[in-house]
Amino acid sequence: MSPSHILSAYDEDLKYLNRRISEMGGLAEQMCGDAVRALVNSDSALAQKVISDDVILDNAEREIQEKAIVTIARRQPVAGDLREIIGVLRIASDLERVGDLGKNTAKRVIAVQGTGVPRKLARGLEHLSDLALVQLKEVLDVFSNRSVQKAEAIRLRDEEIDAMYTSLFRELLTYMMEDPRNITTCTHLLFCAKNIERIGDHATNIAETIYYIATGAAPEGERPKDDTSNMLGAVAE
Amino acid sequence: MMNNISTTMNTTTTTKAAAMIDSKISARNVQVFYGEKHAIRDVNIEIRPRSVTAFIGPSGCGKSTFLRCINRMNDTIDSCRVEGNILIDNENIYDPKVDPVQLRAKVGMVFQKPNPFPKSIYENVAYGPRIHGLARKKSDLDDIVASALQKAGLWNEVKDRLQESGTGLSGGQQQRLCIARAVAVSPEIILMDEPCSALDPIATAKVEELIHELRTNFTIVIVTHSMQQAARVSQRTAMFHLGLLVEENDTDKMFTNPDDQRTQDYIMGRFG
Repeated sequence: MSPSHILSAYDEDLKYLNRRISEMGGLAEQMCGDAVRALVNSDSALAQKVISDDVILDNAEREIQEKAIVTIARRQPVAGDLREIIGVLRIASDLERVGDLGKNTAKRVIAVQGTGVPRKLARGLEHLSDLALVQLKEVLDVFSNRSVQKAEAIRLRDEEIDAMYTSLFRELLTYMMEDPRNITTCTHLLFCAKNIERIGDHATNIAETIYYIATGAAPEGERPKDDTSNMLGAVAE
Repeated sequence: MMNNISTTMNTTTTTKAAAMIDSKISARNVQVFYGEKHAIRDVNIEIRPRSVTAFIGPSGCGKSTFLRCINRMNDTIDSCRVEGNILIDNENIYDPKVDPVQLRAKVGMVFQKPNPFPKSIYENVAYGPRIHGLARKKSDLDDIVASALQKAGLWNEVKDRLQESGTGLSGGQQQRLCIARAVAVSPEIILMDEPCSALDPIATAKVEELIHELRTNFTIVIVTHSMQQAARVSQRTAMFHLGLLVEENDTDKMFTNPDDQRTQDYIMGRFG
C-alpha cells in the first residue's frame, strides 16, 4: 500500500470510491446468483426482487461517476491516483452491466415458468453461473488487494466459462431439434446462458482494469477464448 | 407603482434567503474605492461558519481588497473608502463603536509571505495572547503557545527548540508559525491571503491539510491565485472579476459545472 496523502480529504475521497465499488460488486454478485436460482426454481418472487434491485445498482454507478468527476476536479490526481479513479469509473460501468445481465435473466423467469427448465439444463446453467460468479467474486477481492498476479490469473481463466457456454449452446440446440415445442423455452435459456457468459467477460474486463491501475499498462497478449458457439451453425445443418 | 412593489418583494426574498443561511460573515452592498478607482462593486455574500470559503479570480479582480475589508485592514490605506455593511455575527464591523484592534483579534490574518517576528518561536506565538491579556500566569501562556503550535501542526517539529529564532525555520514552517500566531489569540475567523504562494508543493500540502483541520473550529476565508488550491481546500468558492462577485457556489459545483460562463472560462484557462 502506498503511504497516505498529506491532504487527508484526498484519501477519504479515494476510500469512498473503493468502498462503493465493493458494495456495487457485492450487490451485482447477489443479483446474478439470485437470477439463476429464480430461473431453475421458477421462483418469480425472487426474480422480481432481482429486477427491482437493479435500480440500486444504476444509482450507485451514477453516484460513483459524480464523485469521481468531483475528485478529479478537486484533487487533480496524477499517476497511480489518476489511474485508480479512471479504473473505478470503468469498473463501475462493468458492474452496472453485470446487474443488467442479472436483471435480463430474471425477466425470462416468467417466460419459461409454464414449461419449467429441464433438470439437465438447469444443472448446466447453475454450473456456468457458479463459474462466472466465482470469477466475479475473486476479481472483486483482487480489486481490494490489487494483486497483479491474481488479476492475470483471473483473466486467463475466462476460457473455462467460454467452453462451458459452448457446450450448453450445443445442448440447447439438440433440445430444439428434438422437439420444436422446446424452442421458446430453449431460446430464453440460450439468452440466459449468454448473459451468464458475459458476466464472465465483465469480470475479465475488471481484471484487466485492475492490472492497468496497478501497472499502468494493459496486460500482454490476447485473452484466451474458447467460445466457439459462433461456429455451431454448421453442426445444426 | 409596480416597480416599487417588485423591488420590495425582491428585497424581502433576498433578506429571507440570507436569513435562512447560517452565516458568520454577511457582506451587504459592499463598495470599495481607492481614490477615484471603484475597486469593489456592490458585493453581497454570506460566508458560512466553520467552513473554508475560497476567493478566486484574475489579478486585480478585487478578491484581496474584499478580504481585507473583513478585518478592516483597508482602514490603514488613506485613499481607501469602504461603503455598505459587513456583519460578523450580525454586528456591523464598520460601526464607529467597533475597535479595529479588538476586531482583528477576532478576525486573524495570514499573509502571502511568512512574516515571523525576529524573535523566538515561543515569543512569536506568545506575543498576541500577552498583549490581549489572555494569560494570567506564565504557565497559562505556555499552554496557549503549545496548543496553538499543536493546532498549526508545528508542535512536533519545534517543541525542543522553542527559544530558537522563528526566522530560522523553513518557509513552510514559518507560514505554519504565522498560522499558530493567528490561532493563539482564539480568533473566530482566519483570513488567508495567498498563504502558500511562497511555498513548495510539500509545504503547501501541509498548510492545506492544516486548513482542512482548522475548519472544524474556525471560519476560514482564503484568497488564492491557484484555483486548484481553491478546489482542494474549500467548501464554497467565490469568483471575482473586475470588482464584481461573479458567482459564489459549492466548490464541488463550481469546479464541475459552474453557473456563470465567466467562471467556466476562468477555471478552464480560456480567459479572454
